[in-house]
Amino acid sequence: MNDDGSEQTQEMDQYLREDRMPHIWCPGCGIGSVLHCFLSALVKTDIDADKVCVVSGIGCTGRAAGYVHLDSFHTTHGRAIPFATGLKLANPELQVVVFSGDGDLVAIGGNHLIHAARRNIDMTIICVNNFNYGMTGGQLGPTTPLDARTATSPSGNYERPFNIPYLAAASGATYVARWTSMHVRRLEQTINEALLKRGFKFIEVIAPCPTVYGRMNRQPTGMDQMRYYQENSVIQHGADPKDVDIDLNGKIIVGKFIDIDLPTYSDLQLRVEQKAFGPEESKGEAVKKKAATAASKSK
Amino acid sequence: MKIWRKALDLNKVKPSRGQIEIMEDRCKGCRFCIEFCPKHVLEESKAFNAKGYHPAQAAQPEDCVNCGLCEMLCPEFAIKVTEEEKVKEVVRHG
Amino acid sequence: MARRGPLVGEFFMNGDIACAEGGISAGCRFFAGYPITPATEVAERMAARLPEVGGTFIQMEDELGSMAAILGASWAGVKSMTSTSGPGFSLMMENLGLGIMLETPCVVANIQRAGPSTGLPTLTGQGDMMQARWGSHGPYSIIALCPSSPQECYYLTIKAFNLSEQYRLPVLVMADEIVGHMSEKVVIPPPEDIPLTPRRQPTTPPGEYVPFQPDEDLVPPMANAGDGYRFHVTGLTHDERGYPVMTAAAQDKLVRRLIDKIEVNKADIIEIEEDGTEDADVIVCSYGISARVSQYAVELARGEGIKVGMLRLITVWPFPEERIRQLARQTKTFIVPEINSGQIVLEVERCAGGKAETLLLPHMGGSAHRPETILEAIRSAVK
Repeated sequence: MNDDGSEQTQEMDQYLREDRMPHIWCPGCGIGSVLHCFLSALVKTDIDADKVCVVSGIGCTGRAAGYVHLDSFHTTHGRAIPFATGLKLANPELQVVVFSGDGDLVAIGGNHLIHAARRNIDMTIICVNNFNYGMTGGQLGPTTPLDARTATSPSGNYERPFNIPYLAAASGATYVARWTSMHVRRLEQTINEALLKRGFKFIEVIAPCPTVYGRMNRQPTGMDQMRYYQENSVIQHGADPKDVDIDLNGKIIVGKFIDIDLPTYSDLQLRVEQKAFGPEESKGEAVKKKAATAASKSK
Repeated sequence: MKIWRKALDLNKVKPSRGQIEIMEDRCKGCRFCIEFCPKHVLEESKAFNAKGYHPAQAAQPEDCVNCGLCEMLCPEFAIKVTEEEKVKEVVRHG
Repeated sequence: MARRGPLVGEFFMNGDIACAEGGISAGCRFFAGYPITPATEVAERMAARLPEVGGTFIQMEDELGSMAAILGASWAGVKSMTSTSGPGFSLMMENLGLGIMLETPCVVANIQRAGPSTGLPTLTGQGDMMQARWGSHGPYSIIALCPSSPQECYYLTIKAFNLSEQYRLPVLVMADEIVGHMSEKVVIPPPEDIPLTPRRQPTTPPGEYVPFQPDEDLVPPMANAGDGYRFHVTGLTHDERGYPVMTAAAQDKLVRRLIDKIEVNKADIIEIEEDGTEDADVIVCSYGISARVSQYAVELARGEGIKVGMLRLITVWPFPEERIRQLARQTKTFIVPEINSGQIVLEVERCAGGKAETLLLPHMGGSAHRPETILEAIRSAVK
């Protein structure tokens, strides 16, 4: 871990594909800040970066995988989590991070999200929520607050949105937190904590989308939305996720809501296999590998 | 309450100083760094960068306390803050 | 309970189970699937067998996830497969395209049933043959193999894995319900007698590795996640570095290679079986269970003194165009029995190019053709 800024910056540069800068995100978009927080959080762990895989789906946030100098996968719309599940279960040594948007993870990928959470697959999900489908021009998404205007709700949204932390927690996520892209320090700390924890970890990050969502909802610049976060965010660690709904122009409850320890999918799988096949000498190669990985993680 | 002793190194403790480096052509003018800098070090340049934005520039660089908030907030990976002591050391040794 | 490892010897098993055992013999150590008739036995067998050989089985929430998961596992360096039938195959088309674009080795076994939609879940069909070729959007080439027996389910699953590693793409095993549920003797050779194609690992160190720079045969070496290569892959059109490039030129370069790597290596990929085609007046061209029924009809016709040949397509995609063209110059008629309303017949007709007549024997599914139907068609063709 580095306490001094300079070394950290240099190390973080190694995790960024400088040859792909500038990125495609709009002026005032918050995804870049969230990506920055993720990379600096990663630097502050002792995780071997060669073992880190970043998996994204489709959409603005889905482009994040393309900017990290790590093994990175830009997959299909909504399928980042099952792709990541395959990576993780096939090689438990990998540290798998899914970095994608609210539409990708919660609408088209919603089924995969709840089932990966239910299974407690060991992975970290960073879900950037900008309340709409930005890449396609600002259509309503699964998180668009009631009454918000979007390209497909021109007179205001009449669909009830998902409260994503509640969804993740109810589905079995063992770590659930929410910040905005203004809370860079706390977000970095939360991602750092999540990376070092085993289990299905879900972090929602509210971020500005000035170009489409903001413009249609009287917050036409990223700065307008950042000020709104500054004035309306309420930190409530341990808040019951069912109470953290987001209303248009209302308060945003942020903080760490859930942090529990439960056996992961691989832990339970190993337990059943050991019961079925008996003691050490009958163990297969992969089972040994899994055990070794579990051992190295717990030290 | 009586203060019965001072920290021995009090005269040696100096506030950290940072040196801000801005990659002007990456800046898209979102102003996050300018608005959230606790020391109001940054401002919008009057000049245009290659993309046609007014990039951020350090107006009061001597006030920078190396907190790094601007660097983390910058969505463009355009700002690097380096502790001044480190900068000097690099110059001296490197 | 003891771990059995890969099986060796003679077994009485159905095509689904033989397909799973073929996967085990080929080194498949990851299976993700979703229950669907008539392919469920493949998944059930894998659930029992993979833990015995140190592999991982996961039952996913749907076929979209199953296909995505086997791609992920393959990138983690583990040979992976899934199995399904029509409705699930439709869902897999999305990530099959991703597998093509990311050039990801893996195997999909489709134990076909009759469609469209839910159709006849427990009864046979061959209606997914064109979907196998064109089912995912955009231009691409694919490899699909058609077993006619449990023994072939075993053998072709191994072959599918080898081809997928050789050419870096998902390979399809297009069986059908009858072959999948038919039990016969299956011989499983000792592991040392089974040639396996290893993954083509990069020979360059990280930093110099260009993920999509192809070797001479147009196939690029593939690094595993976690090996330090720090690569990026995307379903977007990309350059050799794997970075997205949104131009017609980049699209042309990439997609042309994705197609050509199969087309130029066709001779090494295609496997067909011929019986008495050299001097035949009529050739029955079929695949899968339909080929088995056809073989019987061909033998009956020969008993009547008719010069009839049998051409069995083991590799259906890429299509054995060259051989059909040659045969079209020698024979008068191709008869194509298939359990659909005419899919492979279109290819036969295209390659015959009017040089020989092409006759479709369609069947909407639910059972195989009766040999008499095919025999009658042979008779009228030579009349």
